[in-house]
Amino acid sequence: MKKVEIRLTGVGGQGVVLSSVILGRAASVYDKINAVQTETYGSDMRGGDVCTEVIIAEERIIYPIINNPDILVALSQKAYDDNFNDLKAEGIIITDSDLVNVSSLKKGIIYYHGSFNKIAIEELKKKAVANMAMLGFFQEKTKIVSLDALEKAIADLVPSKTLDLNLKALQIGVNIGK
Amino acid sequence: MKNTVGHPLKKYFRGEINYTTCSGCGNGIISQSILRAIDEIAIIFDQIAFVSGIGCSGWIPSPSFNTDVLHVTHGRSIAFATGLKLAAPQMKVIVCAGDGDTGAIGGNHFIHAARRNIDLTVVCVNNGIFGMTGGQVAPTTPYNSVTTTTPYGSIERPFDLSNLAIAAGATFVARWTTYHARSLKNSIKKAIEHKGFSFIEVISQCPVQYGKVIGMRNDPVSMLMHYKECAVNINKAKNMSADELKDKIIVGELVEKKNIPELTDEIKRLRREASRK
Amino acid sequence: MKNKKNIERKTDFIQGNIACAEGAIAAGCNFFAGYPITPASEIAHYMSRKMFEVEGTFIQTEDELAAIANIVGASWGGNKSMTATSGPGISLMLENIGLAVVTETPCVIVNVQRGGPSTGSPSVAFQGDMLQPKFGSHGEYQIIALAPSSPQEMFDFTVEAFNKAEKYRIPVFILADSLIGHMRERVDFPLDDEIILEERKKLKNYQGIHQKIFLDENVAPMPIFGEGLKANITGSTHKEDGFRNVSDPKIMDTAIKRLSNKILKHKEDIIAVEEKYLEDAEVAIFSYGLVYRAVLETVNIARNQGLKVGSFRPITIWPFPQEQVEELSKKVKTIIVCENNLGQIYPFVKAAANGNAKIIFLPPKILGALYKQEEILNKIKEVIS
Repeated sequence: MKKVEIRLTGVGGQGVVLSSVILGRAASVYDKINAVQTETYGSDMRGGDVCTEVIIAEERIIYPIINNPDILVALSQKAYDDNFNDLKAEGIIITDSDLVNVSSLKKGIIYYHGSFNKIAIEELKKKAVANMAMLGFFQEKTKIVSLDALEKAIADLVPSKTLDLNLKALQIGVNIGK
Repeated sequence: MKNTVGHPLKKYFRGEINYTTCSGCGNGIISQSILRAIDEIAIIFDQIAFVSGIGCSGWIPSPSFNTDVLHVTHGRSIAFATGLKLAAPQMKVIVCAGDGDTGAIGGNHFIHAARRNIDLTVVCVNNGIFGMTGGQVAPTTPYNSVTTTTPYGSIERPFDLSNLAIAAGATFVARWTTYHARSLKNSIKKAIEHKGFSFIEVISQCPVQYGKVIGMRNDPVSMLMHYKECAVNINKAKNMSADELKDKIIVGELVEKKNIPELTDEIKRLRREASRK
Repeated sequence: MKNKKNIERKTDFIQGNIACAEGAIAAGCNFFAGYPITPASEIAHYMSRKMFEVEGTFIQTEDELAAIANIVGASWGGNKSMTATSGPGISLMLENIGLAVVTETPCVIVNVQRGGPSTGSPSVAFQGDMLQPKFGSHGEYQIIALAPSSPQEMFDFTVEAFNKAEKYRIPVFILADSLIGHMRERVDFPLDDEIILEERKKLKNYQGIHQKIFLDENVAPMPIFGEGLKANITGSTHKEDGFRNVSDPKIMDTAIKRLSNKILKHKEDIIAVEEKYLEDAEVAIFSYGLVYRAVLETVNIARNQGLKVGSFRPITIWPFPQEQVEELSKKVKTIIVCENNLGQIYPFVKAAANGNAKIIFLPPKILGALYKQEEILNKIKEVIS
């Protein structure tokens, strides 16, 4: 697998940072490849814009940050607007269908979307697990990390009493990605 | 054969030391009060550590007291002592500080140590002046005093260090003057045996620098007599008006609170809780 | 209860700051004092839980002046102690860092650097405090400082920092930055028996008031408090026995020279550097910390393009690897210095090279933003052509 540079963006409270940590952990601890995760901080972290990056690669990752991502996950309109121009020519965009209006895509860009937020609210009555649905969808579409590794990483990072719900959301995401 | 009688406190001194304090300095009385208190408690001297800062008060334990002595920067002695006490809670840690250490540069460490109720004994030598550096105004210098940095008279009101300690949560507070050597010794004894933050303020004469300010230059005896005249015991002071107490020094044991959690005990409790998890 | 033994090989995906805390614990740290500050606070958060689990102490002090004072006091009480902060906190600690040096007190100080001066930019990665450990406190002294570039190195170098602190009775700095501190990456934890720990040389028995407890160029034994050793410690100029003498220049001369030589005489043991592709290199790039990762990436690219370029990376910033840089300057024609500031270590490289090679400083295009590969690559091509 060649190096994949992923930028995850959204607003505070959507679990964007946690998603990136889960991805990195799944890759490096369980899939035994390499990952670097970095965050962009602001004093307005809660409610404000969130931008986090994960690089996943089989080889050792030396340069730790991303200039132009291969994959952009945008979970808010502003996140999409601010970041889509950075995407590499053959890049992939993943958005939440109900939160982001994607217009005028450049040629060559692959566009995937799912109603993560809506499904989390309607099917699981828990908005907070929308990010897990996104991760499941991401896994199914990209196969950069294994589902097994993702599940293990989630188990490490979410409170044990919410694990089942989180894994359910993950599976729903996988299913809508199919 | 000549009969020689050794000083009863000599065993506590490191020896081969030239004293640098001026003649008539209150440090001698305070040193003796501390050592006599220790002698009476009959605690092993090796189990006591002293920490002091820069200023004449720093030279009470350093290097003369023949036990573990840490002589540090100006104002920080309480902070160093906090680290030492936390690392070696079995030791009694006594800080010898000045009014500049305690009320000026190190004020923050002082109030926070009191708030934490860490088991330290702070003996604060309050001579009302910066002695070592040449007689500058201190945060304890009375209003309208002429010092080397207040040639027109000081315009700031002084701190009452004991009241500051009480307000910050110290659980044993006493104030004496060097005239009250025996009472001072007794309070130091209680302070050392007290579990928690204890603060002893000693109003002490600096005949060289503060003597000048009050017209008693190089006259320590007059200064001690002045303390005797000004001193009012807390028990008597309770029934006196503010007017009657003007220019008086309230002495005595001002606060003694028991059963307040002490910091090193609290830390032991946290360790027990952490090991259970 | 002792810390759980690492008998199984453990891998984790953690922030540099957490790796640093884990490294400290692996090195036997049992005292942490600190004051909250971005971007170092995660170390304190972690230690506030872990210290009690290893029968140690955590204290959130009233300020950074107290934090350094606490760890020095704790070190004399026999603990292995540490504080972590950022540049503003170091500025407040400087006076007592000098005291730690002069009283020969082992301790570890972590600076997760941020933008400065003053309050600066708390979450921007910057290498603006590189001279501060060496020159920040007044007087003349030597110090040890290490610059990690990844969470793994935050772990490894923190262990090393404790070892050097103990071995040489000196404060040792970790100079990280906010990106390394917050970055998550895999950390492979060594097994307990793979960690080699240096323990301080302690005075065993009281040897009279003139016992030699300071100013030995090969490190004097340290009298730990509470063991009846009657330690006589002062931050003022003193002799080998700890007795103060603040007026005789000869005594000061001996004290300062011996303190300095204690480090300088052991540079070979203390200094570590990392060299890549220097055998046939015409150009070497000097970089450290996070910037090293941008440089190494670029050097790899340049090598693929057939450019004869190599990388020289000091792991130890202080004492400065003067001899190693001098050696390097005799091998290459040009040394390009890359650092995320306006040239703090650059003059030292230039002085060490002493005219042997051309020394060029290449600042990042935007201070606080990691060099892009092209920035460095273009300079390499410009120099080689």
